[in-house]
Amino acid sequence: MYSPHTEGDIKAMLAAVGAPSLEELIRVPDAVALKVPLDVPPALPEADLARKIAEYAARNTAATEYTSFLGAGAYRHYCPPVVMALAMRGEFLTAYTPYQAEVSQGYLQAIYEWQTYMCLLTGLDLANASVYDGATALAEGAIMAVNATGRSALLVSSAIHPNYRDVLRTYARGLDLDVDELPVAPDGTTDLSTLEARLADKRYAAVALQSPNFFGCVDTPHAREQEMFASTGTIPIAVVAEALSLAALVPPAAWGAQIAVGEAQSFGNPLNFGGPYVGFIACTKEHIRRIPGRLVGRSVDNRGNPAYVLTLQAREQHIRREKATSNICTNQAHCALVATIYLAALGETGLRRAAGLNLRQVNRLAERVCAVPGFSRAFAAPVFNELVVRVPSSTTTERVLAALRERKILGGLELAGWYPNLSDCLLMTATETTTDGQIDAFAAALGEIVRETKAAARA
Amino acid sequence: MPNAAPIPLVFETGKRGRATVYFGDGHALDEFLPKSALRESLPLPENSELDVVRHFTRLAQRTFSIDTGFYPLGSCTMKYNPRINEAMAAQPGFRDLHPFAPTDLAQGAIATMYELERALSAVFGMAQFSLNPAAGAHGELAALLIAKAYFRKKGEGAQRSTVIVPDTAHGTNPASAAMVGYKVVSLKSDARGRVDVAELKTALGSDTAVCMMTNPNTLGLFEDHILEITEAVHAAGGLMYYDGANANALMGNSRPGDMGFDLMHLNLHKTFSIPHGGGGAGAGPIGVAERFVDFLPTPVAVRDRDGKFSLDFERPESIGPMRSFWSNFAHVVRALTYIYANGGEGLTKISQLAVLNANYIRVAVKEFLETPYDEPCRHEFVASAQALKRETGVRALDIAKALLDRGYHAPTIYFPLVVPECIMIEPTETESKETLDGFINALREIMATAKSDPQKIKDAPVNTVVGRIDETRAARQPDLRWQPSL
Repeated sequence: MYSPHTEGDIKAMLAAVGAPSLEELIRVPDAVALKVPLDVPPALPEADLARKIAEYAARNTAATEYTSFLGAGAYRHYCPPVVMALAMRGEFLTAYTPYQAEVSQGYLQAIYEWQTYMCLLTGLDLANASVYDGATALAEGAIMAVNATGRSALLVSSAIHPNYRDVLRTYARGLDLDVDELPVAPDGTTDLSTLEARLADKRYAAVALQSPNFFGCVDTPHAREQEMFASTGTIPIAVVAEALSLAALVPPAAWGAQIAVGEAQSFGNPLNFGGPYVGFIACTKEHIRRIPGRLVGRSVDNRGNPAYVLTLQAREQHIRREKATSNICTNQAHCALVATIYLAALGETGLRRAAGLNLRQVNRLAERVCAVPGFSRAFAAPVFNELVVRVPSSTTTERVLAALRERKILGGLELAGWYPNLSDCLLMTATETTTDGQIDAFAAALGEIVRETKAAARA
Repeated sequence: MPNAAPIPLVFETGKRGRATVYFGDGHALDEFLPKSALRESLPLPENSELDVVRHFTRLAQRTFSIDTGFYPLGSCTMKYNPRINEAMAAQPGFRDLHPFAPTDLAQGAIATMYELERALSAVFGMAQFSLNPAAGAHGELAALLIAKAYFRKKGEGAQRSTVIVPDTAHGTNPASAAMVGYKVVSLKSDARGRVDVAELKTALGSDTAVCMMTNPNTLGLFEDHILEITEAVHAAGGLMYYDGANANALMGNSRPGDMGFDLMHLNLHKTFSIPHGGGGAGAGPIGVAERFVDFLPTPVAVRDRDGKFSLDFERPESIGPMRSFWSNFAHVVRALTYIYANGGEGLTKISQLAVLNANYIRVAVKEFLETPYDEPCRHEFVASAQALKRETGVRALDIAKALLDRGYHAPTIYFPLVVPECIMIEPTETESKETLDGFINALREIMATAKSDPQKIKDAPVNTVVGRIDETRAARQPDLRWQPSL
């Protein structure tokens, strides 16, 4: 209980409101009154509570005892302690949405800085204050394109994160939108050879492509495809599941994307078993009235000083109700704040170094793992920090992962559930937190596993 | 006057080469990627760590929060955020856990999800919850997608096209309905501030899909005809949706499940003490009655007969996932910590004291502000500055700004829309009698000043770092980002 009321306070306050008891004050009609105590365990003193919850944390040994090569839309990166030290200040942590701008200038300015960072990184004109995560950013971006074009079908690469595509389908069912997919080419990028034919009847509101894609491959269209988008009035949407890649790769605006959506968890936010993360949406200025969610703008106050305020609220649910661009209200402000502080601390040099180290480690991983007999890269396209590896035909992904686990290694993600033709493949990730020693030990373990498999086969 | 000098943007300070170095020497990117794949420049500012610390510390100091003062923002439940929640969520076993970690190496996390799911089902009388949605509005959307899937399965998909929403509903309700293609019918409240049952009955028909309500409603009033309402909607073949934004009034007292609601969401960042973080992240679990369990968004945390926990994705009737990964998990840890800290009795007491605090302010402000619904309220109530405006020209907005000058956050204003010059006050249970007395006195003094010297209130705020902001200019000449000077 965190209420400050003494028995005396309660008595005095009940007298002031003219109620004989708390129970009387909150009485509801008998037919809907709960007549039994809540079926929730009794209160624990904080010292016991801390021990109890710590026991739950201790049972997640994947987080604490294993070397992990898992990625796939959730990345472990180094976050300088200064980031959380600042973000966890009570003023930031316990504020509400900054409706009263005069007493929220600090947070509003931080969001304005976040919006600017996302513009600088994507090359686009404006960005919102955040959405829930990468998958919902894609769904909201797709709805923007539907509203902009009046078309009700979407074309997405099947190399987009499977979870993002699933969420897009969830949203699409609500609005009766069709979602079609482009296949994957042999090199791991999206097969765009059928694009011209598919776009010809101007059925699609948007084409969404992810780079680096789910397989880690750099996957952006060329001038030829950009012309097809333009001539058919199809909106190109860039999907970015690993925001750190924006520090290295050609930004979405430079390949013609009008809308960029994605996940910025990598900027300082912990893995947290999947959330909260932070989705972003950036776009060209012609979509300004269609972008969902909060926007912070800079204006002036009645003393002539610059001042920040939530703006263009005529797009939003609390003003427009059923005519709003989206139903979003609460977003991921604090995760966006963490990202903003992370970007401010690292600066250009830090971000470039982090990106360079990711590139180096994934290339080392590729080299060492594929030096083990039977292991090979499934795709030839260049990667940023993850890659798809085919396991030897003498074994299975399941057996490889199980043998690695005995050596306290989480060797990557099986792809069979999403891509039946990749049932002998693993998606492996390396970031700047992955050491050379861990990569070498991983490769050595794979070598051992192969030898054991062969020995078992002989026996 | 506070020090009101503008704080330069992080982009306007610093120098190339000044950033504190956190990583070993990077590698030439073109060592690994073709030049055509690489961006040409990365124009980000470089500030020293100390400069970054001072910058964000100064921004924090210009941000009002629960930690700095009383925050009676109606319908937002700005209660104290216990710090044990933060410590628990930050443990490496939770913080560093990857969403694709093997289930048997993540049993503690899934158990945490399962136990929160069970506790929420018990407190609100639902069959099962999914912790998947990321916020309240997201939960609403999930629930309406369930309704749509349910009617489609019943062969009534095309016919059930309307959602009924009372005029006191949160703006997210009609906006969520629109996102699943439903037509919105708005329902007028009656003179007592409740849903008009007769009008509801005329609105009901074979086209009714869902009726969305919150109880207590946004006027802070308990919908005492709720059983009659849910029975009428069910008789018409429609479903009842419970908007859990006001759940802080209800715990241990009454349960949406027992009122006949089929679908509901909760805002863990309201009732369950999760910090709002300046607008998020929240968490919006949805609970359903037995016949909708199969439709819940995936995954759902379950326990098998051997006591093993898992995330259930194999639910063929499910509407599918609502977001990238399983839940806003760090918030799941915070909410479960809060529930175990309070226990069943504590949760019951929380709702009682939230209602006591609201009524304590209500009876006190009655002496100087109109309270259009003169009866005991629940966790919040509405007052109106209509008479004051007529008399002095001072509006609800002016009162809000005058409160900022006096160190209080403003209440919610101009919502719900049914009350002119509306002031909606929700103190929560974590505020002391002394704090409430201070707030009441400030409000009383503002009212007196409004009558003696109205201009003084219209000029507020003057003690804040900026004065009133030109919102028209912000919208007409949008400046949404810093631009590098050419």
